[in-house]
Amino acid sequence: MKITLGWLKEHLDTDATLDALCERMTMLGLEIEEVIERSKGLEGFVVASVLGAEKHPDADKLQVCTVDTGSETVEVVCGAPNARAGMKGVFAASGSSIPGTGIKLKKAKIRGVESNGMLLSEREMGLSDEHDGIIELSDDAPLGAPAVEVLGLDDPVIDIAITPNRGDCLGVRGIARDLAASGIGTLKPLDATPVKGSFESPIKVHLDFDADHIDACTAFVGRTIRGVNNVESPKWLADKLLAIGLRPISALVDITNLMTIEHCRPLHVFDADKVNGDIRARMAKDGEKLLALDGKEYELDSEMTVIADDTVAEAMAGVMGGEASGCTEDTVNVFVESALFDPIRTAATGRKLNLQSDARFRFERGIDSAFLEPGMEIATRLILDICGGEASDIVVAESPSPDSQTVDFRPARVKELAGVEVELAEMKRILDVLGFTQDGTDTQMTVSVPTWRNDIVGEACLVEEVVRVHGYDKLPMTPMPRLSDLPEPALSPEQRRRSDVRRALAGRGLTEAVTLSFLPSDQAVLFGGGADELKLVNPISSDLDSMRPSALPNLIAAAGRNADKGMDSSPLFEIGPQFSDDTPAGQMMAACGIRSGKSGRRNWSMPPRPVDVFDAKADALAALSAAGVPVEKLQVVAESAPWYHPGRSGCLQLGPKNLLARFGEVHPGVLAKMDVDGPVAAFEVYLDNLPKPKAKKGSTRKLVELPAFHPVGRDFAFVVDEAISASAVIAAAMSADKTLIRDVNVFDVFAGGNLGDGKKSLAVSVTLQPTDQTLTDAEIEAVSSNIVAAVEKATGGTLRS
Amino acid sequence: MDDIDKLRGDLTQAIAAADTLDALDGVRVSALGKKGAITQAMKGLGAMDPEDRREAGQTINALKSEISDAIEARKADLSTAELDARLMAEKVDVSLPARPETEGSIHPISQVIDEMTAIFCEMGFTVAEGPDIEEDWYNFTALNIPPEHPARQEHDTFYLPGETDGHRKLLRTHTSPVQIHTMQDTKPPIRIIVPGRTYRCDYDATHSPMFHQIEGLVVDETINMGHLKGCLIDFCRTMFDMDDLPVRFRPSYFPFTEPSAEVDIGCTKKDGELRIGAGDDWLEILGSGMVNPRVLENCGIDSTKYQGFAFGMGVERIAMLKYGIPDLRTFFESDLRWLRHYGFKSLEVPGMVGGLSR
Repeated sequence: MKITLGWLKEHLDTDATLDALCERMTMLGLEIEEVIERSKGLEGFVVASVLGAEKHPDADKLQVCTVDTGSETVEVVCGAPNARAGMKGVFAASGSSIPGTGIKLKKAKIRGVESNGMLLSEREMGLSDEHDGIIELSDDAPLGAPAVEVLGLDDPVIDIAITPNRGDCLGVRGIARDLAASGIGTLKPLDATPVKGSFESPIKVHLDFDADHIDACTAFVGRTIRGVNNVESPKWLADKLLAIGLRPISALVDITNLMTIEHCRPLHVFDADKVNGDIRARMAKDGEKLLALDGKEYELDSEMTVIADDTVAEAMAGVMGGEASGCTEDTVNVFVESALFDPIRTAATGRKLNLQSDARFRFERGIDSAFLEPGMEIATRLILDICGGEASDIVVAESPSPDSQTVDFRPARVKELAGVEVELAEMKRILDVLGFTQDGTDTQMTVSVPTWRNDIVGEACLVEEVVRVHGYDKLPMTPMPRLSDLPEPALSPEQRRRSDVRRALAGRGLTEAVTLSFLPSDQAVLFGGGADELKLVNPISSDLDSMRPSALPNLIAAAGRNADKGMDSSPLFEIGPQFSDDTPAGQMMAACGIRSGKSGRRNWSMPPRPVDVFDAKADALAALSAAGVPVEKLQVVAESAPWYHPGRSGCLQLGPKNLLARFGEVHPGVLAKMDVDGPVAAFEVYLDNLPKPKAKKGSTRKLVELPAFHPVGRDFAFVVDEAISASAVIAAAMSADKTLIRDVNVFDVFAGGNLGDGKKSLAVSVTLQPTDQTLTDAEIEAVSSNIVAAVEKATGGTLRS
Repeated sequence: MDDIDKLRGDLTQAIAAADTLDALDGVRVSALGKKGAITQAMKGLGAMDPEDRREAGQTINALKSEISDAIEARKADLSTAELDARLMAEKVDVSLPARPETEGSIHPISQVIDEMTAIFCEMGFTVAEGPDIEEDWYNFTALNIPPEHPARQEHDTFYLPGETDGHRKLLRTHTSPVQIHTMQDTKPPIRIIVPGRTYRCDYDATHSPMFHQIEGLVVDETINMGHLKGCLIDFCRTMFDMDDLPVRFRPSYFPFTEPSAEVDIGCTKKDGELRIGAGDDWLEILGSGMVNPRVLENCGIDSTKYQGFAFGMGVERIAMLKYGIPDLRTFFESDLRWLRHYGFKSLEVPGMVGGLSR
């Protein structure tokens, strides 16, 4: 909402400076977006008169003008075609800076003729792009006066962000009222005394609604003014509108715009001679069409309110008038409408038609239901003053109910809710100036809400009014009371676990990313998603239309983008939600990560290798370990999901059904569809599937065991079928002696050579840990043969000789 | 005796002349070995008469011990020299780069949420969370934003096709629905913060269709706006690590709070550069207010007994301000160079013990 300082001061009597008023508005909740001092940089330019204009002796398109600047007479070389003797223009003396060009003016010879200054175009003044000629000022502009005054630019423009609840401040007067309540000035009286009609309006008004739509328009006031001359608006009016960015059109139209901005009272003016019969508010007919003032045709439906004459719709109620009955410069008789339209219906109509207007913006926030007639009277007076003519009596279809809303208010609630002490007298003063009248006692009041404050619905609203005007800066700063002597942990065990996983993965060289929760449907499908229920109805673009089934596709796409920028290895992870349906249970927290390209940088010491399934497995295990999962109890299952390499991926489970993680190399087909070069090794850890952290049973740990005897290592190589898993060999070896054997580790895998087809050799080292005495050779021999027997029995393999 | 002196002279010279451990061992054998000169001389003692034998014995023994010592000393010297020579031969170019390791990093959003959590934890808040896919009742209606309310239109909501009991499914436009879930499920006193993903269908230089908010809710019997002010001023000053950071509360409007306040922090804007701290300008960072009694009642909480405050802020915005990150959209682009530049080390865990940030 833009207003000017001068406009504000027409309603607010104050000596306060622009800065002080802006500061106060901000502290009242009327947030200043911008203050535009249009005269900045233009202060030195003056009104000058062109005494004579002769053709330049040495240039066809230039003239040499003799210019009276009010203080001296100088010669100026000017290229503008409209420069001529007798005109008044804007003069910039040598030495001044020209805002539109950024050039500092110097006395110079132009084709041999000395030029002392410049006559300015709008573009040179930085006002517009207009550069066809120099600015022409009116003949009565005082010679030598600052040009900004004559141009109406000396009044600063204030742009205010009005919150949706404060419809009453979408008018200059409403803002003045708030400021007055804060004590920075006083609200000037408003003259809205009725204009006496001299005839009966030939056009009557009617509300034609069935019972279901009775709220669409609850009050309607009209008046005919005949014999008007719809002239160009006077300068004061045009300047006001121009200052806030509205284009002056004609006096009648400009007056309605003025009423909207100044009094938040949108009006409409019909050319009475183009109206067929009476004016009525009714619901539109489905399919009814209307050419609006913006030159576009709109198709209406039966839930939209229109203003119609006896035959057709002439305006979309509260949104925009129609072209057919609009006022033009030829209008002689005018019918003025001042009505009250339902905010919700007005908003819905505007949304459906995708049509915003100053009127709609105000009606949908609710306007003063008691200001139909005062608004009409103010507007009538303006029309008569500017356009002449004579006014009829007003015609009224319905007046709004005069009952005003009341709210119970206990002044003690101000201290209880806001924590600040405000004296009762001050509370009453604030409420008075804002228009709230009070009944009842000093401890229990009944407050009447003014008709322009439809946002006030309860006691808390009144507390806010009092505190807002009293000043939020006076609120105390009270420390939060302690709930307990020492704070409880802020994180639940699950949240703590997530944080631990995050920092563990980052500690392993993975870089955390945060990617969008949605992605292209075709990528969602590749990773098991893409269900219709997870497709956005109104995506930001067609490639961000599906809720992600996993963060992996986003990370893989990121790896692709990074590769395009020359980073061929992208170790990335993300901890975030993934979605399997649209219910809360369908949302799961997962830690996903990838490594792409090579295992590391090429270097002098150790050649890097392509990333593979075991990188992903290590990451998954590290994440699970950080989350407190007993990783030694995990089962590795060679089952896969379709987005993984079928032979190089697996699952980590705790028990047969509880899938905790997947890991593996991403399927080359999937990578090809995403146009990303492989290899990419990926993991997904499903944090919500992890066993719930146990309720604490004390923090004591099992006593440490520190055997006094050396551990003994023995190596074995077994030849087994290729299908036999390493974990089967390890498990068999471990089972051979549950007390002595502490560890079994695979240190070599080998296939081919003389082993024969379908065979491989698995070499394991077994660690034996004696507890009460050093092992004898015989004891070691005995355990060794048990190990061999156990592995051979379990796997069908043989000890490699 | 002249023989002994000569032997001493010869051996001493030979020891000194031995320039390798092998050569020195040759000298040792020639002197002290089975057939060595000194060993032979010892053997010759048996043929002497007792008187001479005692005297000669002492002399030879002295020589033996003298030569042994000299050999040991020479051996130590030669060993040191040999080790020195080997080490010199093992010299490498230490300017070669270390074996490469890749350092990971924590995303600024995670880090900033951790920082905020650390501060609010000190004030007794715990972390609550809720689903990203919400119903319009939780996201709007329960928060006193009825269907036709202009504020509802300003939220640019992403919708999903489904609905539950006539409530449309949508992506939450703020973290505030978690307030509703919490108040429905928990008896006051309530003191929670809610970090999480939020969504609005808006995408330009300063908007991302997904961003993060952190929400706060306190419900108790006597919590008032003074507490709101105390809590948020403490938060801002700790977060930006400035004891004198100016913090301003300004009336505003949110359907779910009454009275409502926006919170600004002091700053200076000069030549396109923004500096947080005491200055001549203000920067809005937070929305807040006393919980609207209607919201309490919508959740089944007696608004005549309980009251409280709520606040919300954008996580990226705080991160951008605190760490000077220029562009919102870059947070989600996963450009490794960006992530490594603006990211944090895994061990930089924010806390009130070691400090929020370095």
